[in-house]
Amino acid sequence: MLGKLTWQAIPFNEPLAMAASAMIVAGIIAILGLITRKGWWPYLWREWLTSVDHKRIGIMYVILALVLLLRGFSDAIMMRTQLAMAAGGAPGYLPPEHYDQIFSAHGTIMIFFMAMPFMIGLMNFVVPLQLGVRDVAFPVLNSISFWLTAAGALLVNVSLMVGEFARTGWLAYPPLSELAFSPGVGVDYYLWSLQISGIGTLLAGINMVTTILKVRAPGMTYMRMPVFCWTALCASMLMVAAFPVLTATFGMLLLDRYAGMHFFTNDGGGNFMMYVNLIWIWGHPEVYILVLPAFGVFSEVVSTFSSKQLFGYRSMVLATLAICVLSFMVWLHHFFTMGAGANVNAVFGIASMIIAIPTGVKLFNWLFTLYRGRIRFEVPVLWTIGFMVTFAIGGMTGVLQAVPPADFVLHNSLFLVAHFHNVIIGAVLFGAMAGYYYWFPKAFGFTLHRGLGVVSFWCWFVGFYLAFFPLYAVGLLGMTRRMQHYADLSWQPYMIVAEVGAVVILCGIVATIAQLVISIRTRDSRKDLTGDPWNGRTLEWSTASPPPAYNFALLPRVESLDAFWVTKQRAAANPPEHYPAIEVPRNSANGFLTAFFAVVSGFALIWHIWWLAILGLAGAVMILVAFGWKERIPVDVSAEQLAEDERNRRQGMVPA
Amino acid sequence: MSAQAGVADLAPPEATRAGSGAGPAPVRIVVGYGFWIFLLSDIILFSALFATYAVLRGQTAGGPSGHELFGLRHAGIETLCLLFSSYTCGLGILALGRRRMSAFYLCCALTFLLGATFLSLELSEFAGLLARGAGPSRSAFLSAFFSLVGLHGAHVTVGLLWLIFLVAQTAYRGPLDYVRRRLLCFSLFWHALDIVWVALLTLVYLMGAR
Repeated sequence: MLGKLTWQAIPFNEPLAMAASAMIVAGIIAILGLITRKGWWPYLWREWLTSVDHKRIGIMYVILALVLLLRGFSDAIMMRTQLAMAAGGAPGYLPPEHYDQIFSAHGTIMIFFMAMPFMIGLMNFVVPLQLGVRDVAFPVLNSISFWLTAAGALLVNVSLMVGEFARTGWLAYPPLSELAFSPGVGVDYYLWSLQISGIGTLLAGINMVTTILKVRAPGMTYMRMPVFCWTALCASMLMVAAFPVLTATFGMLLLDRYAGMHFFTNDGGGNFMMYVNLIWIWGHPEVYILVLPAFGVFSEVVSTFSSKQLFGYRSMVLATLAICVLSFMVWLHHFFTMGAGANVNAVFGIASMIIAIPTGVKLFNWLFTLYRGRIRFEVPVLWTIGFMVTFAIGGMTGVLQAVPPADFVLHNSLFLVAHFHNVIIGAVLFGAMAGYYYWFPKAFGFTLHRGLGVVSFWCWFVGFYLAFFPLYAVGLLGMTRRMQHYADLSWQPYMIVAEVGAVVILCGIVATIAQLVISIRTRDSRKDLTGDPWNGRTLEWSTASPPPAYNFALLPRVESLDAFWVTKQRAAANPPEHYPAIEVPRNSANGFLTAFFAVVSGFALIWHIWWLAILGLAGAVMILVAFGWKERIPVDVSAEQLAEDERNRRQGMVPA
Repeated sequence: MSAQAGVADLAPPEATRAGSGAGPAPVRIVVGYGFWIFLLSDIILFSALFATYAVLRGQTAGGPSGHELFGLRHAGIETLCLLFSSYTCGLGILALGRRRMSAFYLCCALTFLLGATFLSLELSEFAGLLARGAGPSRSAFLSAFFSLVGLHGAHVTVGLLWLIFLVAQTAYRGPLDYVRRRLLCFSLFWHALDIVWVALLTLVYLMGAR
């Protein structure tokens, strides 16, 4: 009846897991209770859960990312604590099978459910505003994408309470992840949650590519698009091109595990290096899916806060496109040790090094933009400058490892771990935070407390160096990754410094939360009535904060790069007398319901509850058919309503 | 021919010039373009399985090889069915454009019949292989074969169900704009499955049977 699911799936004998689960469940019940008591359900359902507004969906993506940042960081600090303790004779406090789940969950969550939703969320919120249009190409699809991502995130977290998570590392290499060596449900949790969220990501990519290529304001030619839109375009093209490979690869591993096939098994003629190749054909572009939007954020921030046009716009666009193409030509550098031969390794090594050239172009462009600019040291700028320093170092250790003989020494050492955290925290996370601080006033209509933002930045920055630079050293000394315990006592001091770094980062996270709470409580005194708190240059700053559902009462007519800046330089145009009525898409429960059935099916498939899986799948198909059958009639916004909104906005902008 | 007509229908030149500043494209173009991008991603999904099949083709683990299993006659009939169904699908879209509804329904019925014939031939081939003990868990080669061909077959199945849905919708709602956009997407999908099949026929059957 319930497949493999029994009471034994609940980890009663692991106090740590139980305590964490209890806390999460209590937290969820408390939040749900509060919503019920305050009677917020209708509002939540109408305005958020069924919203197809790209801004709301973008904000929900970012909230999801921030919540899972907490989960991923808890895993991180648990690992650091274990390694600070478990030297020589000391066993530490985490048993190996638990520790293995934690590092697998940490990587999976941070990449798929923190970094990805953060970047997609920023893109979702910002791109239509920057393009000067009213929504993405396919608003309902957008909602489905988000909810599928959320469904995957939910399944990963269910594994904490029911069953176990994979112990295979964040990419679940076979043959370890095959049924013979991982008979539990951990790998199934990993595979199904990523399959579900992966479909969401693919659909988000399709939506974004179509939006940027086909839905732009009049006059918004390619060479007038803000750089963030360019990076979003390239990242989305990479999603479209890379995520199907991930789906196929996981599909094959699932067939191995569920249907006894032999793609990647040791026996039956399977070839597990095929999996490693395929997963990195997705995996390396994935790195750029994450980092290109971050580069876009930095470009916007640098230009806005230097009050200058971005230096070398065209070279920036070309560099972005070059990275986009090159990202598909370097996957083998993740496993030079496969033994493909000197020539193959040399080709991939050189290709990897070539990526440093467009990246260097970008770095110099940012520096030249700052040069002789009137820089305002707001919080996003701090993250940007912190990024430039940190990323330059991370890039250099990367180029070092692109040399195959060096890689043979460094492969799977903590040096590698330090390198990829150096670039992913230093570029992706710093970029996400810069974007969060930059666009927060646009999203909510009030600014964030500056002082706590500065504290948060410095804690992250210093904490990062303390946490990861010791890993470079200890990696060179020979410590490999994914160790739960080590015998060499001389490594322990490095591990203790890294633990201190993790604690400093924790302070940064606490400062971010405190900042959010304090800013919300004092929001009335920090209102942004102008819609343009940073003296911005691009079109998102030309509308109200937060923007109305339709974004722009009249679609802007774009005549140059930095369209809003140019408009501001001229005398303020008289507001038009008449606004033509517009249509906005109607809310849809499609996304939420699809995701609900996806969770049901996913959970059932993980536990081999076949009837429930069929039921869930049937439910999802029925939703699809039901929503496909109806014609979707948009909601009209009348001309009078638009004119009134605009009048109110202009009145609000006048200082009282 | 039919595919070309579909594309021309989709893209009047003035509105789709790359990088033009003409403002948001009409819904028809946005939908068609988005679906093209989806088809691209679908073809990449297939390409991962093609690559895997190419690598694992010789890994028979002592079991039967393609030479012993595949018959070209069978694959040839399947190919004819699928290609003709694409032709009738294209004719159907043309008939819809001219509002010749009975011709449209006839073409859709033919498309469905030919697609269903293809699918039943494929299933009979699978059943034959299973009966000979050459199932997907026999060897890596057969795992890759069943997955690649099966994925294509699954796409055809989804396509047939989608066709039923769309024809029902056309009959019930009439050839409204949004129904016609979907039919256009369906025809793109159906043609794309042909392209995949031609590659599949080449790699699996033509190169495997000899």
